[in-house]
Amino acid sequence: MSNVITLNGISRVFTMGDQQFEALKGISFGVDAGEFVAIMGASGSGKSTCMNILGCLDRPTSGEYHLDGLDVGGLDPNQLAAIRNRKLGFVFQGFNLLARTPAVENVELPLVYSGIHAKERRKRALAALEQVGLAGKEGNHTSQLSGGQQQRVAIARALINNPALILADEPTGNLDSSTSEEIMKLFTSLNQQGITIIMVTHETDVAAFAGRRITFRDGRIISDSLTGPTSPAGRPV
Amino acid sequence: MDLLQTLKIALRALRTNKMRSFLTMLGIIIGIAAVIAMMAVGAGASHVIAQQIASIGSNIILVVPGSTTSGGLRMGSGGAQTLTSDDVRAIMNECPSVALASGTTRTTSQVVYGNMNWSTLIMGATPELFEIREWPVVSGRSISQQDVDGAAKVCLLGQTVVDNLFGADDPIGKMVRIKKVPFTVVGVLEQKGQSPQGTDQDDAVFVPLRTAQIKLSRSSFPNTVGAVIVQAKSEALLDKSEEEITSLLNQRHRITNGKEPDFSTRNLSEILAVAEQSSKAMSLLLGAVASISLIVGGIGIMNIMLVSVTERTREIGIRMAIGARRNDILLQFMTEAVLLTMIGGIIGILLGAGGAMIVSRILDWPTLISVQSVTVAFFFSAAVGIFFGFYPARKAAGLNPIDALRYE
Repeated sequence: MSNVITLNGISRVFTMGDQQFEALKGISFGVDAGEFVAIMGASGSGKSTCMNILGCLDRPTSGEYHLDGLDVGGLDPNQLAAIRNRKLGFVFQGFNLLARTPAVENVELPLVYSGIHAKERRKRALAALEQVGLAGKEGNHTSQLSGGQQQRVAIARALINNPALILADEPTGNLDSSTSEEIMKLFTSLNQQGITIIMVTHETDVAAFAGRRITFRDGRIISDSLTGPTSPAGRPV
Repeated sequence: MDLLQTLKIALRALRTNKMRSFLTMLGIIIGIAAVIAMMAVGAGASHVIAQQIASIGSNIILVVPGSTTSGGLRMGSGGAQTLTSDDVRAIMNECPSVALASGTTRTTSQVVYGNMNWSTLIMGATPELFEIREWPVVSGRSISQQDVDGAAKVCLLGQTVVDNLFGADDPIGKMVRIKKVPFTVVGVLEQKGQSPQGTDQDDAVFVPLRTAQIKLSRSSFPNTVGAVIVQAKSEALLDKSEEEITSLLNQRHRITNGKEPDFSTRNLSEILAVAEQSSKAMSLLLGAVASISLIVGGIGIMNIMLVSVTERTREIGIRMAIGARRNDILLQFMTEAVLLTMIGGIIGILLGAGGAMIVSRILDWPTLISVQSVTVAFFFSAAVGIFFGFYPARKAAGLNPIDALRYE
């Protein structure tokens, strides 16, 4: 079984002046292809730091991080940008779409940075929008879409480069409960199509959609358990 | 990321803040318009000077008598009566680099026609003078060699003299009196306008040299001329002509080593050089003033770009998270700044050109918009964008994606 990600002894120390704060204290776990993992924990537990490292936005102070078979630790910022572009898809709590930009162009954006030409970009963006149930909304600007629709656009954007992994950071945090459920169903169906998803949340009912739950506290993993039938054999390293 | 896409993104960013983009551009617009207009006016001024210089004639050397000393008083250049019509003939015949030469005399006198009179310059001249100065008559005929040889009492009038003495009358064939000598007006000269020194070249009456020497001069040496105007065969031969004239006259006047020559030569192209230099200095000054406004405009661009980077921190974070490299962000903001200044530059060029045209229409002052000044202005505006856009763009590219994403 191939691991999409493998974390081995990851720690992250923030230095502020002469004070040091260890946000992650030697984390190790692996995620297999096709898993749907929920990362839980209170604020300050280190889950966001972990997400930033998983998302190649931040680099660990020590430890090894393999993403899709690649040792990410030794890459320079430009290579990290390319990894984020090709291997990762981000879904944020605040949607983080470009304002005053049509949905389709938001979805296309990662392809712009991978140098795909315009025609191909448009084709794939329209397909991705259809995949998240937004066919026909491609011309709408961000402000003309509801919260749920905006998050769908963000998910389409995350999907467009066929990433190895989708990272969702509190994807339902800004949505009401019924919209939350729709979005979680979308994630579940994407997972069933074989897409690996790691999601940070602090809501148990949202976490319940995932097949595996990793809980953080004080920079350490305190539990890692399989919870539902949706997950293929997920296991701790 | 391809350039077309970068341009599209930059254009969209500028469009979302139309008013701000326009106001930011305004500095560049005004700066470039000022540069273009001022360079056009400056070039127009140079053109006027060049025309005035051309009006003296081209490739001209002036030979004037040296100074005399009379009872301890040195009379200054041109005071002596050492140049003669024979010298002029010798210069024409014996100097191979010389094309034409004309002896002239100058005196100022009252010219009378009927009950009108006018004080003006009376110049004795030979037909060559009008050839050298490329000065044709507009009516009647010019002075001929026969007029000179026969000391005919005929004259040519400059336009200013005609206006003052005759008004609307046709002066041809009329009689005017100069120093009580009656002259027949045979021709009127074309209007020449101001000389580079600012004197009115049309305020003059021309009479045959010999006539001037005999009838109008009280000199005891009627063969002398006041100055010799020489035209070299070409601009390249100016210096050579000057040497030839000097050595010829030295020989004729028996000036040996160590003796002060009784004449001097002046090359009129020197006047031209001085005039051109001063007009260049003027253009440079105007350009410098206009450049300052461009710099001020550039600072405005930098200011707004910095604000824009701060405002769009989150957008930068999003772009970075989904795979934009630092260079992509740098390029994006640079493109925006350069686009701002280049659009401003183009508008400025159009406005400046329009302004220059209006100035030339209203003030009747010639303006010249050169391709060169337009090109320089265009690239300069782009350079302002690059220069003042770099710092904000680098600031944007240097943002940490995590912080940028969290920025509210």
